[in-house]
Amino acid sequence: MSEPLRQFVVADLTPMVGAVLASVACALLGNFLVLRRLSLMGDAISHAVLPGLVAAFLVAGSRATGVMFLGAAGAGLLTVIAVEALRRLTRIETGAAMGVVFSVMFALGVLMMKRAEGLENVDLDIDCVLNGQLELLFWAVPSSEPLLSAAGWRGFPPQVLTLLVVCAVCVAAVAVFFKELRLVSFDAGLATSLGYPAGMISAGLMVLVAGAVVASFQAVGSILVIAMLVCPPATARMLTDRLGRQVSISVAIAVVDAVVGYLLATRGPGLLGDEGGAVSAAGMMAVVSGGVLGMAVLGAPVHGVIARHARRWKLAREIAEEDILAMLYRIWEQRGAVGTLGVGDAVEALGGGHAARVAVKRLVRAGKVEWRDGAGADGGGGAGRSRGAVALTDAGGREARSLVRTHRLWETYLVEKVGLRSDHVHCTAMELEHHTTAQMRSELAPEGAAPAIDPQGKAIPPA
Amino acid sequence: MGAWALQIATLAPVRVDWPGWTQVLQTLTFRAGFNSAGVVLAATVLGIAGGTVGTFALLRQRALMSDALAHATLPGIGAAYLIAVALGATGKSLPGLLAGATVTGIIGVLTVHAITRHTRLKEDAAIAAVLSVFFGAGVVLLSYIQRLPTGTQGGLNHFIYGQPAAMSLRDAALIGGAAHGAIAVAAVLLKELRAVCFDDRFAAAIGLRVFAIDLVVMGLVVLVTVIGLQAVGLMLVVSLLVVPPATARFWTDNLTRMTILSGVIGGLSGYIGASASAVLQDLPAGAVIVLTGGTFFVVSMLISPRRGVIHHAVRLATQRAAVARDHFLRGAYEVLEIRGVKPGDEAGGGFTLHEIKPGRTIGLGTRVLAAWLVRRGLLERGSAAGAAKNWALTARGHSEALRLTRNHRLWEEYLVTHAEVAPSHVDRSADRVEHALSATLVRELEEALRQQGRLPMEFATAPASVHPMGGARARAHLDAAGGGSA
Repeated sequence: MSEPLRQFVVADLTPMVGAVLASVACALLGNFLVLRRLSLMGDAISHAVLPGLVAAFLVAGSRATGVMFLGAAGAGLLTVIAVEALRRLTRIETGAAMGVVFSVMFALGVLMMKRAEGLENVDLDIDCVLNGQLELLFWAVPSSEPLLSAAGWRGFPPQVLTLLVVCAVCVAAVAVFFKELRLVSFDAGLATSLGYPAGMISAGLMVLVAGAVVASFQAVGSILVIAMLVCPPATARMLTDRLGRQVSISVAIAVVDAVVGYLLATRGPGLLGDEGGAVSAAGMMAVVSGGVLGMAVLGAPVHGVIARHARRWKLAREIAEEDILAMLYRIWEQRGAVGTLGVGDAVEALGGGHAARVAVKRLVRAGKVEWRDGAGADGGGGAGRSRGAVALTDAGGREARSLVRTHRLWETYLVEKVGLRSDHVHCTAMELEHHTTAQMRSELAPEGAAPAIDPQGKAIPPA
Repeated sequence: MGAWALQIATLAPVRVDWPGWTQVLQTLTFRAGFNSAGVVLAATVLGIAGGTVGTFALLRQRALMSDALAHATLPGIGAAYLIAVALGATGKSLPGLLAGATVTGIIGVLTVHAITRHTRLKEDAAIAAVLSVFFGAGVVLLSYIQRLPTGTQGGLNHFIYGQPAAMSLRDAALIGGAAHGAIAVAAVLLKELRAVCFDDRFAAAIGLRVFAIDLVVMGLVVLVTVIGLQAVGLMLVVSLLVVPPATARFWTDNLTRMTILSGVIGGLSGYIGASASAVLQDLPAGAVIVLTGGTFFVVSMLISPRRGVIHHAVRLATQRAAVARDHFLRGAYEVLEIRGVKPGDEAGGGFTLHEIKPGRTIGLGTRVLAAWLVRRGLLERGSAAGAAKNWALTARGHSEALRLTRNHRLWEEYLVTHAEVAPSHVDRSADRVEHALSATLVRELEEALRQQGRLPMEFATAPASVHPMGGARARAHLDAAGGGSA
């Protein structure tokens, strides 16, 4: 093995593998926490394991991974049970119950830690527990030894091996019990009535979460583990509606977060000219996962903020276009000839707003209306083109006629079939007319059976 | 937990220099030096402010928002330090750091709000994500500051775990002053806050600006969180706001009283915690403040007379005993009724416990229950019928059993006629509700039964049951026991 490669494997690849394993284990389970609105349970557990860690250390007198794991997992379970018991016995809300339990547990942990510091040979560091020391998970092998030898293996960080086991257990558990987890996450009541032990499944999930949180400590620390639990699943939730796909996407994102975060933390300062500098890798992983979540929140194709606003804007504009065409048609109807409509009047009639102005421009561009220097049509609103007036073209006239026909057919339907009073149907019809497909229209007015006059006595234009 | 603490106490023989009583007394009465007096005073006022503001945060269900807010202050502290250093200052001035903390804390809260409002993600996920990501950013900044040549970020760590001992008198004055401000605002707006906490739609209807008041609550939460950073640390500051009101909630349903009580509990926690930390130099004050509050909480949870766990358990046990007694007596009555024994008949009035049990949920050990009923003078041992049937109702027991059976059958009647339950299904339903039949209702139902001719004019017996008496099991048992209908 070449020296640079060996160097990379020893100092970078090993911690990176640890980070990825922690990230994947947490993200897998986090999917179900996010769905069940239990994200903060991960928060509570990760705060509350501190006294468990210290207690295990003090009782066993060693930092053996197994002992610490047991202590912390015990504290995690205690937290879950205490929150549930508080909620049931005293009926205080879940948030407050969690707040009380985890802050008291954490305070106890801090106090115990402080006392433990008085002992000799204690290398239990609170910063390490909270912030994680990913960089310390390197492969401690003397440069004389080959990596893949008995002596080489001895230096392999045991935390990474623990993470490997925990991650494998999480993958196996989610794969085997996927159906049950999905059912319980979406409808615990249904799961119970189908004979699945919903309580047991929830408890099992919490045990797994506690295990994953504890195992991930060494890699990312107790607070940042929350980012790993929540951010990748939340990101995936923005991107898809299917749980299976959500789980796979969240795992992929978890891997990306871990690798990018690690590289940014260790190489980033170097790239910025700070030679040999490095910042907290665990912190950077959390920041990256937050950044990815932020991008998904903004830019997700269907559920993203931008996509949602764009959809809403497009709908508003289309409705404004249709309303303007219908207005022009009604003017034509009154006059018996093509009339003009002041842009300012149109915008005002539609309640103002940018969408209405854009709608006029788009109608002109589509050739449905044309500019006219209509005398007396000036609405007096705004400057520039909004002072002008528009009139229907032939193409626009056809569409406008169809719209008004739909409107009046709906009014007829609402009066005759739904039984509304004729002076109550206009607004409802105004809304329905924008969402009427051709098929619906033909069902509203079957061939040859279309009435000629609407409930208010106005003629229904032909198709 | 208690066992653990004990074990740890024995395993960790840390030498504590226990202070003399005079020193404890001096600290508690603010005479142990100017500085420590200032710190204890500041922590007390901070506790009062946390308890007061926390009441409204809790009732508006914003309890955990303050946790997100607290964690989100870390990057602000780091950034403020870096900016101050870049400007040539020491970077350790408290107002500067707290200003930075406020800015990122508010950004964090707004982010939670925006995510909850504009995406499909729920509030819990938004809080958890903001909390951990902002904290991660803070950790990155602190790890960078640590490597600066000027960088002794030791002071910044105090904001994570809290170190009131490191507070200067000026810091204490700042914190105490701001806390007073928070209390004053809460007191002035008490009426508005109360309206919004109980019924925000009603508040909106009477013309209050709910959004603005929520903003005030959030602003006060921000204030308390930020000034609490140095005293208890960002990990634990949430407990200043959550533990006192949750404790006060056990004792009262009146908001004004709850607010005051919560303030008192918060103040006591701050006072005791900061004093302990001032006396025992090594004790982390933030943790002690929280644990003091936690002790108040646990004690209240156990002994509160309205919502306490002990009270609840006692009430539950009393109720179960009463229900078991009713079911036992009624079981006895029905056994006698099936056998055709008239009240006052000496012969055949005896029964065994086994006859009563079948098909009936009594809920307590029958033997224990029987012994209790004997003591209450409702049941007696030994009867003319011989040793096999060694239990009998006393005269009082019999009239009580009659009353209960009547009540039960009236309920069955009610369920059949008014709730349209099938006669074969009413027995168990009546079992559950019969213990709460009002006297008026009993009279009305009796009237109905009398008109149907099912209630004898004299009240010596119960009305006939709407369903066949005794389950199949019970009858088989009676037959086997040789006690079938006479």
